[in-house]
Amino acid sequence: MRRAITPGSADDQRVNDAGGERDAVRTDGGVVNEDSRSPDSESGSLDRLAAGIDGLLGSDFLESSIFWVPPFLLMGLFVYGAVIWNFLISLTDYQRFANAPDYSNLDFEMYTRALADSGFIDAAVNTFILLVAFTAGTLAVGLILAILIDRGIRFENSFRTIYLLPMSLSFVVTAQFWLWIYNYNNGIANRVIGLVGVGPISWLGNQTIVLWAVIFALMWQFSGYAMVVYLAGLRAIPDEHYEAAKVDGASTLKMYWRVIIPQLKGATISAAVVLMVFGMKAFDFLYSLVGGYRPPNGADILATKMVREAYANLNWAYGAAIAIVLFAMALGVIGPYLVYEYRRNNL
Amino acid sequence: MTDDTLRTDGGTATFTARLRRNVEQMTIEDAGLYVVLLLAAGFYLVPIESGLVTSIKTGTAIVETAPFAPPGPSGFTLEKWQAAVEALLRGIGNSMLYAVPATVISAFVGSITAYGLTIPDWKQSYKALVLALIIAGIFIPYQAVLVPLTQFWSQWAQLTDLLSFVWALGVPNDYVGIVELVVTHVAYGIPICTLLFRTYYKTMSEEMIESARLDGATLRRVYRRIVFPLSGPMFAVVLIYQFTQIWNDLLFTLVLVSTESSPAAPVVLILAGLGTSLEGQDFALRMAGAFFAALPTLAVYIFFGDEFAEGVAA
Repeated sequence: MRRAITPGSADDQRVNDAGGERDAVRTDGGVVNEDSRSPDSESGSLDRLAAGIDGLLGSDFLESSIFWVPPFLLMGLFVYGAVIWNFLISLTDYQRFANAPDYSNLDFEMYTRALADSGFIDAAVNTFILLVAFTAGTLAVGLILAILIDRGIRFENSFRTIYLLPMSLSFVVTAQFWLWIYNYNNGIANRVIGLVGVGPISWLGNQTIVLWAVIFALMWQFSGYAMVVYLAGLRAIPDEHYEAAKVDGASTLKMYWRVIIPQLKGATISAAVVLMVFGMKAFDFLYSLVGGYRPPNGADILATKMVREAYANLNWAYGAAIAIVLFAMALGVIGPYLVYEYRRNNL
Repeated sequence: MTDDTLRTDGGTATFTARLRRNVEQMTIEDAGLYVVLLLAAGFYLVPIESGLVTSIKTGTAIVETAPFAPPGPSGFTLEKWQAAVEALLRGIGNSMLYAVPATVISAFVGSITAYGLTIPDWKQSYKALVLALIIAGIFIPYQAVLVPLTQFWSQWAQLTDLLSFVWALGVPNDYVGIVELVVTHVAYGIPICTLLFRTYYKTMSEEMIESARLDGATLRRVYRRIVFPLSGPMFAVVLIYQFTQIWNDLLFTLVLVSTESSPAAPVVLILAGLGTSLEGQDFALRMAGAFFAALPTLAVYIFFGDEFAEGVAA
């Protein structure tokens, strides 16, 4: 929250400057280091080497490494190691009944196969639609709720609690609720549209509608999250900005559009990135709707197709290739985000 | 804002008097605002409410009453709740077996990782690089690591005897998946836990660490004596966030435990299969199961709502 909002750079600058100062001091400060380093590294040459590394990286580097290197390695192997391994597998023909992938004959066959697979293309298009529509819709709903809640209302906490409630539930649980909402015979969705004389509609059985029905359910689950992030962003905007806009005679709508919303850029970016991650996890939701690997027709996304190919059809290499495509999509979002955070001195 | 001025003088007034004054001072605009907010609250609550009333209806009441209406006295039954508890109780226990240790371990590991990355005397660019690599881990879709993960646990870990400690501890074969889930969730929890603690430690007073360092305290000592004791509020946030995430995750349980018939099947896995393994159209059973499966995270949410909000917003 704070990360996204506080301009923070002044603070960070101070840290950096202090670090620079210490760098200069450190060259003659070897004595202090001796104290803090464990006494068993007595041998001279090793000490010199360590001091050399210290000089390069900072005096606390070695001592602090015990805290972060093991977790970093564990996480690095499980994430980056696994992604590289996954890429290797995607270059093989690994399929059912094989004991281990055969790495002797690597090619991009699985990727050309994907391009020729209309199911893959459909899933890729659906993934794109889902990510964009879900993220944009959720952000919009969250922003509106945050603005309404931020107007000094009573029972603010109760409203916030209610709006955020669905997020504490798992996809598996919310999928049960929405199966019932979308039920053809007695679901609330059909009752509501029945009020205006439309329907009933087979929400999950109609290929052109099902994806939007799923997106709507996901928006229900996560718009409270967007609201919380935006609320924090709104609270970080000084009151003077509102007052100045009022003094200038701006209408409420204009004030938000011209003055307030542009200041929520940081909140929007971090919320959008996290929402895309949730969108990628929609696999859980789609699996739970049907209790299996084959989501309703028209709602197949890369995440479900990948797991289905690998675990139901045992096309391991093909599944791995789809996973790499998914990874590339994620990278397209993460990369710019991390650069942005780095520029803002938030790392 | 009007809210605050009202409240200051309303401390002694009776509730009805205050309510009347509030209503009198309310403008049309205010009233409209509350109507919209209440409608939105309905939007979030109705799916849940509909599920709850459906879970206590008999088969005929489900068809005859509105999906959001409570059952009449004749349409009320707890039969499905009984069946759901029977089907899911084992799963709740299994989920606890990995969710609790994985939550605690990942929170602790995240805390020391973040601490190691907050130590002042580290070049900013190196620190940022390490941190960027860790944070990027939050956003990588699990699908991108799923096949290697399966390979790792099913073949590599066994070939290299990496799991021998599991058998040495006397863990039954069926429950190996639980151990794998703990390690996996800890590994994938490091990025988010580190990020959360890192934002927290950045705001912590550096002078405190600095002065302790000048007194000759080792980093380990500084952590144990100063940083860890001050981390309480963040631990609450991280523990709640991680518990919810780990408890709610289906994908890893699906590939590491694989079948809902396994004695070690977690609750999400059994619930996801409830529609197919039992009668798919039994909505009352589905809903009762959904509520029963959600009880632990719902309890966390109700009791620690603020920490939960803080965790998700961070």
